[in-house]
Amino acid sequence: MSIPNVAITPQMVAEHGLSEDEYQVLLKIMGREPNITELGIFSVMWSEHCSYKSSKRWLKTLPTEGPHVIQGPGENAGVIDIGEGLAAIFKIESHNHPSFIEPYQGAATGVGGILRDVFTMGARPIANLNALRFGSPDHPKTRHLVAGVVGGIGGYGNSVGVPTVGGEVNFHPAYNGNILVNAMTVGLAPADRIFYSAAAGPGNAVVYVGAKTGRDGIHGATMASTEFSEDSEEKRPTVQVGDPFTEKLLIEACLELMQKDCIIAIQDMGAAGLTSSSVEMAGKGGLGIELDLDMVPVRETGMTAYEIMLSESQERMLMIIRPESEAEARAVFDKWDLDFAIIGTVTETGRIVLKKDGAVQAEIPVGPLVTEAPEYDRPHVPTPKRPVIASDDVPAPASLTGALAQLLECPDMASRRWIWEQYDHLVMGDTMIRPGADSGVVRIQDTNRGLAVTVDCTPRYCVADPEIGGAHAVVETWRNICAVGAKPLAVTNNLNFGNPQKPEIMGQIVGSVKGMGAACRALDYPIVSGNVSLYNETEGQAILPTPVIGGVGLIDDVRKLCTPSLKSSGDTLIVLGQAGDRIDGWLGASLYLREIAGREEGAPPPLDLAGERRSGELVRSLIGDAAVSACHDVGDGGLLVAVAEMALAARGLGARVDVPTGALAHAWCFGEDQGRYVVATNDADRVLSAAAAAGVSASVIGTTTGDGDLTVGGSDLISVETLRQRHEAWLPGYMAGGV
Amino acid sequence: MKSAIIVFPGSNRDRDMMVALRQAFGSDPLMVWHKEVDLPEVDLIVVPGGFSYGDYLRAGAMGAHSPAMRTVKERAGKGVPVLGVCNGFQTLTEAGMLPGALMRNASLKFICKTVHLRVETSQSIFTGGYSAGQTIAVPVAHNDGNYYADDATLDRLEDRGLVAFRYVDADGGDGAEANPNGSRRNIAGIFNGTKTVLGLMPHPEDAIDPLHGGTEGRGLFEGLARALA
Repeated sequence: MSIPNVAITPQMVAEHGLSEDEYQVLLKIMGREPNITELGIFSVMWSEHCSYKSSKRWLKTLPTEGPHVIQGPGENAGVIDIGEGLAAIFKIESHNHPSFIEPYQGAATGVGGILRDVFTMGARPIANLNALRFGSPDHPKTRHLVAGVVGGIGGYGNSVGVPTVGGEVNFHPAYNGNILVNAMTVGLAPADRIFYSAAAGPGNAVVYVGAKTGRDGIHGATMASTEFSEDSEEKRPTVQVGDPFTEKLLIEACLELMQKDCIIAIQDMGAAGLTSSSVEMAGKGGLGIELDLDMVPVRETGMTAYEIMLSESQERMLMIIRPESEAEARAVFDKWDLDFAIIGTVTETGRIVLKKDGAVQAEIPVGPLVTEAPEYDRPHVPTPKRPVIASDDVPAPASLTGALAQLLECPDMASRRWIWEQYDHLVMGDTMIRPGADSGVVRIQDTNRGLAVTVDCTPRYCVADPEIGGAHAVVETWRNICAVGAKPLAVTNNLNFGNPQKPEIMGQIVGSVKGMGAACRALDYPIVSGNVSLYNETEGQAILPTPVIGGVGLIDDVRKLCTPSLKSSGDTLIVLGQAGDRIDGWLGASLYLREIAGREEGAPPPLDLAGERRSGELVRSLIGDAAVSACHDVGDGGLLVAVAEMALAARGLGARVDVPTGALAHAWCFGEDQGRYVVATNDADRVLSAAAAAGVSASVIGTTTGDGDLTVGGSDLISVETLRQRHEAWLPGYMAGGV
Repeated sequence: MKSAIIVFPGSNRDRDMMVALRQAFGSDPLMVWHKEVDLPEVDLIVVPGGFSYGDYLRAGAMGAHSPAMRTVKERAGKGVPVLGVCNGFQTLTEAGMLPGALMRNASLKFICKTVHLRVETSQSIFTGGYSAGQTIAVPVAHNDGNYYADDATLDRLEDRGLVAFRYVDADGGDGAEANPNGSRRNIAGIFNGTKTVLGLMPHPEDAIDPLHGGTEGRGLFEGLARALA
């Protein structure tokens, strides 16, 4: 055996992101000094991005099981049974660091990567979503980053032909140096044809399919596991370049092959490329793998074993196939003009052995590489509780409708049309609810059933109280799914935080996970997949804690879907879930407090998880019984914003909203108390009595009108068209450089 | 009533089109892989939307030279009706089956939204399901839909009644505001000289279902079904 003899210096170890202690463990596993290729493999496998070493301990506390869960976290994506022989497969994943450095390609390859996670398991992707965070609109880079990220998401998703049906965007100075790009894909597969990644059958062929391997993206996973500094721009070569055309071919070829009985195991090459895919497949199967790197299709000459193993070139998959199916499998990839190369075999040795140029280039025991990956219980301090802000300490605006207009045009609330019109949200012909409503809804082909999908997080709340913020993100998806009439089934999470080696940041992570877990348990809403992105810091400045949740729900009859859009004048507007004894709203950590009063402070609104469940179930049954004509959850900006959004979603209709006697009007209008929905109905008695029977508080707050105005408290009035103009104007104006 | 859809690597509205043809014709179209040269006798050939060959080089440029398109061109020459939608329209112009070219949208951005079209003539196999001057709502979803031809070509198209659809606003006005991509003279779709080939950027196949994009694209397929029956 010949291992190339390159002396490993402490500096090389440090450059590979391994601590001294971690290197000692490596030496023990290897029983000798590693060579550079082996060091590279340990480096990426033990990076935060691949090993979850700081978060694993806490992720284990999350509820991941349920009667409908087919596969929880640990595979390429989560899988749930949605009945009638079908499974929904979904996951959310971050591509934060690359998107900051090269926004178009970073975001595009983020979409490509999450699509592969889903179709690897046998699912045809049917919906994409994304959750984006950018820095302050005033920051010189923001406009460029927005344009690039949106262009990249569209460029990739539109080309592969998967509709992008939902998303969310926030702007905040805390993201000036670290934007967040989280992409989610939802797919459908026959419940009895799910493909997993565990290698099996020593002697079986290891097949490489898809695009060729180049020198791009080397060390992407390591980059995503450290803070940014001023010289991060130099990391541009670590960003991969996407080719959605190849991805589209790969989707079709893989799904075609999956119809046949050829594949034993399949895994996409994502972060850490060939290294993590081969190690994970061998590790899960308790087996070894031997690869001949001379057989790997490469797009440039002279690539070393190190480069081939660490490349993050896109649109590649690794498969273990039945020996007798080689010809059949090859024919499928030939048809789609994709590379198909047998690059190795499954072995019984429990070791990953890499050969190149006739010599062994690396040999590592797979078991310890996976199981002895470092896991830390990092010190953490709880985020100090913020004081509750009394509503009457927050000044009232000159005019309620003036404040409403200001909120509807602020960067966090302004219409996202400029963004989602760049995404093909209609391809596949099954988009039942387009972007801009509470959830996007896609119909299951050739049926009347549909999936409701949404991504949510309110970082304002998370930074104020990570536990409430984490729970809130879960609950927000639950409400958004209930608000269209669907039943929430399961979630995927994307934990975006700063440097976990700082106890305050670790405290945010611990708090958020705790809150998330509590909410998921209370709602029987398990977490089936997820991704963690840490070290979102630049020059010591961390992002706001941003634990994004992607929720998936099911509706049995898409003809019964409900949207926020008002349908006719004369309907009664009712708020459900507002505690009867609370006539003032909660303004702490609210959008009103930030945008109108200029203060970012105070405790966020508390949550009542049992109450959320009751109000969500009530709303769903009211929609199912066609007792309401429109429904919208009350979120950012509070009650008046919710009603305004319902009017904006319609044409030519308005609303009259009555502020209850004795209420502090601006707190009532803009308070962000949780657990609430606004519904419009022509049968108020029926809704009120159903609410009473369900133990959900309900009160009439006004009526819909045909005058096209929004009137608050009798005389304060603004036309819905004026609101629309201001709501729609901000983002296009900003992107044109006019703000 | 037999129809065929040409499927290129990168086509992505081939299934949407299949659903529309099935709905109007009551039978499934043949899905013909781009490498095929032997196309069975059919009454209608459709070149669907998507990103054939990744839109590399130019949208539709490589698809126009694929083996299947040679046959399509030959059949069109014999009078077999050909419908090209979006990437299909781009492909037909690249193949020289329709005049002009589809350039990058004036906004330089992909645009996906419902637009309004004015049906310029009902005197064709494709538009017989509509009345002339009718306004219909149909989605667009494209990056390169900016129709360009020189003035002489545009005049000739107009003089001979070969403009099929124009972008208009909801009230039928054809001002610049109604034009989503900068197309000259708001042109959204054109015929060849014999009106047996139609290319258009909007997606009538995504406007056949009240729950999805509305139903105002149905007229095109129902008109075809009647004309070709």
